[in-house]
Amino acid sequence: MNATTSSPNVTIPAVVLDLQTQLLAYLTLAANYFYRLPGSSIVLRYIKSSYQDDPVRSAVELFLFLFAVRYLLAPKYSTRETGSRGKGEVKLSEEEIDELVEDWTPEPLVPPQTAFEENEMEKRPIIVGPTGPKVKLSNGRTVTNLASFNFYNLLSSEHLKDSAIQTLRTYGVGPCGPPGFYGTQDVHNRVEADIAAHLGVAACILYAQAFSTISSVIPAFSKRGDVIVADSAVGYSIRKGLQISRSTVRWFQHGDMADLERVLKKVVQEGKGRQLTRRFIVAEGISEMVGDIPDLAALVELKTKYKFRLILDETHSYGVLGAHGRGLTEYAHVDATSVDMITGSLAGALCAGGGFCAGSDEVVEHQRISAAAYTYSAALPAMLATTASETIRLLTMGGPEAIRQLRESIKVMRAQLDPRSDWVRCTSAIEGPILILVLKDEVVRQRNLDRDDQEWLFQDIVDECLTNGVMITRLKAMPVMIGSNPREDGWQPTPALKVCVTTGLSKKEIEKAGVVIRHAITKIMKRGESQMKRISDSSR
Amino acid sequence: MPSLVNPFSKDSNTNSTTLDAYDEKKTIRRSSVGKAGSRLTSFFSTSPKNRSSDASLHSTASQQTPFSASNQINSATLSLPTISLSTATGEKSKTEGPLTLFQPPSPVEVRRVQRQHAQFGPLGSKNHLYSSRFEGGEFPDPIEDEPPYFFLLTTYVSYLILIIFGHVRDFFGKRFREERYRHLKAQNGYAPLNSDFDNFYVRRLKGRINDCFSRPITGVPGRFITLLDRRRGESDFKFQFTGTTTETLNMSSYNYLGFAQSEGPCAEAVEACIRKNGFSTSSTRSESGNTDLHLETEELIAKFVRKPAAMVFSMGFVTNASSFPALVGRGCLIISDELNHSSIRFGARLSGAMIEMFKHNDMNDLERLLRRVISQGQPRTHRPWKKILVAVEGLYSMEGTMCNLPGLVRLRNKYKFNLFVDEAHSIGALGPQGRGVCDYFGIDTSEVDILMGTLTKSFGANGGYIAAEKHIVDKLKATNAATMFGEAPTPPVLTQICSALRIIIGDVAPGHGEERLQRLAFNSRYLRLGLKRLGFIIYGHDDSPIIPLLLYNPGKMPAFSHEMLRRKISVVVVGYPATPLASSRARFCVSAAHTKDDLDRMLAACDQIGEVLQLKFSSGIAGGAEPIPEGLTNAEEASIAQQLENGASVTIKPPRWRLEEVLKRTVDDVKDPLR
Repeated sequence: MNATTSSPNVTIPAVVLDLQTQLLAYLTLAANYFYRLPGSSIVLRYIKSSYQDDPVRSAVELFLFLFAVRYLLAPKYSTRETGSRGKGEVKLSEEEIDELVEDWTPEPLVPPQTAFEENEMEKRPIIVGPTGPKVKLSNGRTVTNLASFNFYNLLSSEHLKDSAIQTLRTYGVGPCGPPGFYGTQDVHNRVEADIAAHLGVAACILYAQAFSTISSVIPAFSKRGDVIVADSAVGYSIRKGLQISRSTVRWFQHGDMADLERVLKKVVQEGKGRQLTRRFIVAEGISEMVGDIPDLAALVELKTKYKFRLILDETHSYGVLGAHGRGLTEYAHVDATSVDMITGSLAGALCAGGGFCAGSDEVVEHQRISAAAYTYSAALPAMLATTASETIRLLTMGGPEAIRQLRESIKVMRAQLDPRSDWVRCTSAIEGPILILVLKDEVVRQRNLDRDDQEWLFQDIVDECLTNGVMITRLKAMPVMIGSNPREDGWQPTPALKVCVTTGLSKKEIEKAGVVIRHAITKIMKRGESQMKRISDSSR
Repeated sequence: MPSLVNPFSKDSNTNSTTLDAYDEKKTIRRSSVGKAGSRLTSFFSTSPKNRSSDASLHSTASQQTPFSASNQINSATLSLPTISLSTATGEKSKTEGPLTLFQPPSPVEVRRVQRQHAQFGPLGSKNHLYSSRFEGGEFPDPIEDEPPYFFLLTTYVSYLILIIFGHVRDFFGKRFREERYRHLKAQNGYAPLNSDFDNFYVRRLKGRINDCFSRPITGVPGRFITLLDRRRGESDFKFQFTGTTTETLNMSSYNYLGFAQSEGPCAEAVEACIRKNGFSTSSTRSESGNTDLHLETEELIAKFVRKPAAMVFSMGFVTNASSFPALVGRGCLIISDELNHSSIRFGARLSGAMIEMFKHNDMNDLERLLRRVISQGQPRTHRPWKKILVAVEGLYSMEGTMCNLPGLVRLRNKYKFNLFVDEAHSIGALGPQGRGVCDYFGIDTSEVDILMGTLTKSFGANGGYIAAEKHIVDKLKATNAATMFGEAPTPPVLTQICSALRIIIGDVAPGHGEERLQRLAFNSRYLRLGLKRLGFIIYGHDDSPIIPLLLYNPGKMPAFSHEMLRRKISVVVVGYPATPLASSRARFCVSAAHTKDDLDRMLAACDQIGEVLQLKFSSGIAGGAEPIPEGLTNAEEASIAQQLENGASVTIKPPRWRLEEVLKRTVDDVKDPLR
């Protein structure tokens, strides 16, 4: 190596000024060896001629060569060490480190439960036996169940039980492996095809759990540098998907298409002149936290106009909206293929298990190797897959009738609550079987209720309903990231009650349950009023 | 739809004349075909039709060569009223009581037993049992052998050739077959859906061997697994089902204890549960998905893993993904083994905590890291960390290595961090009682803060669990997002977990659980030692039921997989990016459902394929040594040991045993420390 670098020097007399003969001898020796190398004369001739033609170039080349040598010989280093960490690192002796280790006392792994959590855990009902429109609790009482997503009362279907048992007797329970390694059973392929056919799209991929579907779909496509415009009221699992994708996230006002257009315009404007990145809009079919339905036609129009891709989370709308339960696309008379990715749940209205993402062939095939919750998780148990196939078939065939019945039940329940109650209003769309009931604005204002107060009130209402034989639940606040600044909590849903309607109950029973709920609300709110008064009196 | 009577219960007399495993399949398939009214499903319907007509052919075919060995065993054990038949299912032995040697079993009976044994093989001999447990002393790192440089070089050259070919194909493809590259190009103002660069590996390397992955199956993934045959179209590279099936020996499913069964006590219990409790709760745990069955399962799991409390989830992946954010956050540090599963990384990233990694199983590296991070505190601010959570796996699914739990516990006591052990693969598969790594090492579970595991693998069910102190589980039940928003586990899945656990503990069918554990331990060691003796490079610890066989060259992955399939054995092959670039491997998952004959068949297949593909390149440093010569006296042995101590270099002979020798000697040697 030295020979090649020094050889030009040997042949250039101008450089040789007062060099000792010793060095000269070494160099000649080196040069001799160099000449003996095959092809060395060509290299030499090349260097000579290039120097004559363009000395600057030779200098640059020499510099590059030396740089390459230095680079190759440089010790390996970790990028971490030289990052922000390495600079700030304090040099410590071993004794000092021992002392610091001795000193360090970690916080307990989990903080103690809050009073609210304790109360909730204590009162969380335990169901004994099957889930249905009426359930038996561990305290021996039978109550009306308005807390499950059992809208069509498919849970009580003997036919579905038979089909599940048949599957059990052919496939066992678990598939004992991820889909990539012999975990894909023919029943999985079948339910994928069933969903795709039901929605009217090219392909579909089945996930083992609905909750983790969307948090895996988003990062499978959207990477760092891509832009996602999301509805500000999206649910927890979508938020986690956005977080893990590391993309730039912009929010638009919940359900507000004008605001969406404003944000889209801005994103397009900002992207001008830069490299084109992937852009997505993320929205929910029926909002998990609010219960309303977005204007899909407008969404699709905007996404086409501004060239965004649309990810529609139909977790709460698939199997519910539309004449055949095909979800928001059927409800809004929009071609399902115009939505790029539709995710949904088979564990809610369909009473099976797992989730799915439907779209074009490319969209689906890409997820099979790059969606974490699909690739790295065991496949769905076969019996849940066949149950989903069955319920989809039932919806397609008997859908219009079942869905009409459900609408009736919803209407009956709403009639008892929304206009009649002085305290709450329902934010859900009239087609939504999950009634989300929030306190009226004037109540909140009058009593100056903060989030915690409302949560406590609603928990008391839930407990009161249960005492009177009706099981409903509360909309759960999203868990806050540990250690995050309380000021940057981010969006949280307005505390609310959740009432899930089911066709498994007669009109009379629903009415009765509605009355119980209304009275419970009134009772707790009245009590709350007197308590509040007392508190404010005593403080005075 | 006719309600299907369980053909295996005694009271189904009416159906007994037509009892036939294949008939049963037929009825199910036909009805489901009728149900599917869609254009797309008709594409699947072709296969069942052909398959059912193929069924009789198939059953006769299975009498022939590849299964002749196992069939002989079946009929032999069948005619003997021994306990071996009772191993798989408890109450079956009663019906087989009156069988005598002179009464040939009816064809129906033969098929029933055949089906039963296809899911769980009968134990050949009491000799094929072993109880695995850590022997004490320093937990050794497994020795990783290396192939001759020639193979490493050719591996890199192979990748180079593949990449060059890929680029050449891309170059022409993008010009002449534009429609196939549409999703990689920006068009109409949309950025490409997938990045061309990211997609290259999938398109040009994995795409070539796609037929080795995601092979669809039907039926129970037990001892045998039934593959749906498929063929790749010439023009569009898409798979078409040929309509036939192939029954293969299953060396691929995580069915460690053989609970993937569609009959026996577990299936009976699950069926009863579906009848009674239905198939779903259709709600989240925090709403109305909180049943007595959930609490019972949680109690049973807690008792099994020896922790005060536990909670269950409907998916193993989400157990990790949602528990890390519920435990740690900003100001906390997660120290993770570099080979940890994707779900741990997913959860760790969601939590917002800092993440550091240490070299796989390297306790010195971990200690160095701990000293650095504790003494330096948080970056920039140098405030002390709020919590440090070290996350490791009990058994690593690609390496077959176990975590060094004694070392971790020693460090935990010194450095006061919290320890999280993911027992996805180790629960049920390790330890004399199957209770995971703590059981294996004889370490009290109070030394580990969080024990996480999946219920998918050893128990043949689905989902995951977290076990910890009661106050931790209570808090997690209130703050874990999957409890609030994720669906609750379904009753049948919970029943499967419960009944599998009861069998392992011994509450139901005493002795059977223990036998399953011991069969798994024996099978794992037997196959591992056999493969080492044949001269393969095998990674991992001796007692691990995951056995990776190193292939190195990328081209050998599909070759190995195809050769195995030709011998009717299904194996998993994995390469980059799941493993380092150069060390592509085949991975075998041993099960308690396998018999020794299955493993012998496996060894014979590996022996043949190893010769053809030149896979026997172990140098002998990792075990499989020749037996100690007969007649070697203690004095001579001592003198050899003396020489070694004096620094005489010992020449390790690469093990290249003949198959017959391996089969003859390995059963006995398995029970000694493997050499």
